[in-house]
Amino acid sequence: MSLALAVEKLAAGWGDTKVLHEVSFTIPAGGSLALLGRNGVGKSTLLHAIMGSCRRLGGEIRLDGKTITSIPTQRRARRGLGFVPQEREIFRSLTVEENLAVASRPGRWSVERVFALFPSLAERRRNWGNRLSGGEQQMLAIARALSGAPKVLLLDEPMEGLAPIVVDALYEALVRIREQEKPTIVLVEQKADLALAFAEEAIVLDRGVIIHRGQASALLHDEHAKAQLLGVAGAASDTPRDR
Amino acid sequence: MSVPAIEVRGLTKSFGSLPVAQAIDLTLAPGARAALIGPNGAGKTTFVNLLTGKLRADTGTVSLDGQPIDALSSAQRVRRGLVRTHQINTLLSETSARENVALAIAERDGCAWNMLRYARSWTACLDEADARLASMGFGARADEAAGHLPYGLQRLLEIAIAISLKPRVLLLDEPAAGVPSGETHAIRDAVDHLPAQTAVLMIEHDMDMVFRFAREIVVLVQGRVLTRGTPDQIAANAEVRTVYLGRSRS
Repeated sequence: MSLALAVEKLAAGWGDTKVLHEVSFTIPAGGSLALLGRNGVGKSTLLHAIMGSCRRLGGEIRLDGKTITSIPTQRRARRGLGFVPQEREIFRSLTVEENLAVASRPGRWSVERVFALFPSLAERRRNWGNRLSGGEQQMLAIARALSGAPKVLLLDEPMEGLAPIVVDALYEALVRIREQEKPTIVLVEQKADLALAFAEEAIVLDRGVIIHRGQASALLHDEHAKAQLLGVAGAASDTPRDR
Repeated sequence: MSVPAIEVRGLTKSFGSLPVAQAIDLTLAPGARAALIGPNGAGKTTFVNLLTGKLRADTGTVSLDGQPIDALSSAQRVRRGLVRTHQINTLLSETSARENVALAIAERDGCAWNMLRYARSWTACLDEADARLASMGFGARADEAAGHLPYGLQRLLEIAIAISLKPRVLLLDEPAAGVPSGETHAIRDAVDHLPAQTAVLMIEHDMDMVFRFAREIVVLVQGRVLTRGTPDQIAANAEVRTVYLGRSRS
């Protein structure tokens, strides 16, 4: 099976701060990966590094076998990378429809299909971005990424701030998208069980390095490993892992 | 019956032609543990903004301890005991956790703008901040810059600051938002140990936390109270399941 995304010895960070240290992994075309770990371990930085929106300090990124390491973010998007950033970053002075229009590329994701996925966005189609609630902005960020017809979809905590029923709907929608269109999906999600139930493979990061890689279903059902890799003993525990 | 800690009557607000709060009533007794839930865009944060004075209501009244506060600024409402935490952290990121808390204490005690003259008061503020953070398990991390703390601890610090203001009414806006599932127990511990006499209204999408915490749940839909009741009543309400809960409490 061909590789959709290959990351090799990737080091990256922000300003003078190095966050990722020689991270390497591959995802086959149509594969799905849950990227897990505590806050601040480098999950979002990894997605930004793949998108080219933070400082790369070494290593290589290949999309469909071709290097994208040196090309700017907008060209990575045109090559087929879709990104839902944690901060949403919708255009606040544009309407919902305009937000989708600026990202739209030929493909299966028409505006109407996106609205079918998020009916509440259809109701707000002429509202400015700055008149949307936090959850609606989250939906719009996902909808905008889909409108770009991505081959590889990078989702940074897409469920954050969404009502339970919307989380259910979005999860089911992601499963449908994965099964019917087989994009490659990288999912960063705080709700570890949800991400592990969704993805085929899982990576756990800690302080910028991969400390676990394996089948998502195996980790999902291994409470001991989950506690060890993802849990903490105390809120403000002063263990070495916190440092 | 004792005077309610907070009483809201007919609170109404529109953004242009879009109604965002429609005749909302809410009464919380001292020590209440209530939650406000509802679909995205229901107007929950707008409601909190109306209570705190960040937004002005078109009509309706808000009373704190029986006294109307509609004419008061946000800062004046905080001094009267109406305190909130934010969905997104609003900490001083380069300042230590203990100084973040101490500044809130100094503001509460009216010595925030006289630190040089009242160095002794500042020391007392720091001591109280240390005690507060120690009780919440910060340990040595109290000396770290707030922005360098793990996100779960930053959320906890927001709550520490709010408690330090000795609120009569505390509004918790999504206290667990963005916190990894392995760290939410710290937030749960903190809300379990909020001062007994403080009336608390929590907005949260984490239903495990809401149903564990709240004795009363108010459901807001399109700016209007759809229903209210005990957690069992809300979990059994078919309409609430349809518009909000989905399978999350099945």
